[in-house]
Amino acid sequence: MNSKWFAVIGTGLLVYLLKLIGASIPEEIVSHPRFVRIANLIPAALLSALVATQSLAIKTHLTIDHRIGGVIVAFFALLAKAPLPVAIILGALTSALIYRFA
Amino acid sequence: MSVASVRRDSLGLSLIVGSYGIAFGASATADHFSPWQACFLSLIAFSGASQFATIGVVAAGGSPINAIIAAGLLGFRNTLYGLRVAPIMKANKWKKLLVAHLTIDESTGIALAQENEKESRLGFWITGFGVFVFWNIATLFGALGAKALGNPAAWGLDAAVPSAFLGLLWFRIKDSRSRFVAVSAFIVALLLTPITGSGIPIISTSVLAVIFGWRENNKAVGNTLESADNE
Repeated sequence: MNSKWFAVIGTGLLVYLLKLIGASIPEEIVSHPRFVRIANLIPAALLSALVATQSLAIKTHLTIDHRIGGVIVAFFALLAKAPLPVAIILGALTSALIYRFA
Repeated sequence: MSVASVRRDSLGLSLIVGSYGIAFGASATADHFSPWQACFLSLIAFSGASQFATIGVVAAGGSPINAIIAAGLLGFRNTLYGLRVAPIMKANKWKKLLVAHLTIDESTGIALAQENEKESRLGFWITGFGVFVFWNIATLFGALGAKALGNPAAWGLDAAVPSAFLGLLWFRIKDSRSRFVAVSAFIVALLLTPITGSGIPIISTSVLAVIFGWRENNKAVGNTLESADNE
């Protein structure tokens, strides 16, 4: 089994297990306010880190290339309250143009 | 709200959110995952942010374990949703397996927005099933479509992936504390990238959530943010 399948199957099982735990245990166990607060902040941290590494890094080195141009355009599209698909498409278009002509 | 409006809202939301599966399928292909792998994730994991995280971490050169941890950290919010949704759904042992699978941002959001439990259950089932069906169909089309296009960079697909992350992030940074965490995580991840192995910078940033979420009113964060908000 290659590493991609390992990641895919592991993710599938773990993410489902997390859902099942939530549906199966009494609410009091993990409803401490601090716990909930931290849990709610985790997506903000991880998603932001993913934006950073996917747009400015190749493996372990940092680089500025066509991708960040696209992401900046997507950022302003979202800021202008564009729907998510529109923002993604504008980001992709920009990046493709920079890739093609720069 | 009436039963009819619950139906309408749930179906509308399912269609919109489900269609984002195209972006996931295309991103998975851009990150060199096969359409089978993309579909497997949409069928079994069925949680957008976690799925994107797995392909993102692996594409960044991270180990599968790193990818699974990142997906788990993002998927943990579904555990919290389950705590709130399960009592409303009044599911028996077997039904619970299904309720758990369909517990995602949208089904939970719709369920908790209703005025009575009957409408909550209806909204949960329609939204859960609806997103599941549309998301999976869209994943397949996105993956096959992107495969047919060829070089991901030429079509901007390599920028579509971080743009999609940005979009997912966007809806989770409505308050100043989460915005502060997001900006710090962005910087920390970049600073760690040349130092640690790939994938590590991403999961390390969950420490920031612990630091800034520890206190109810974090003074240091509050002051910095006030000046930022005034800009």
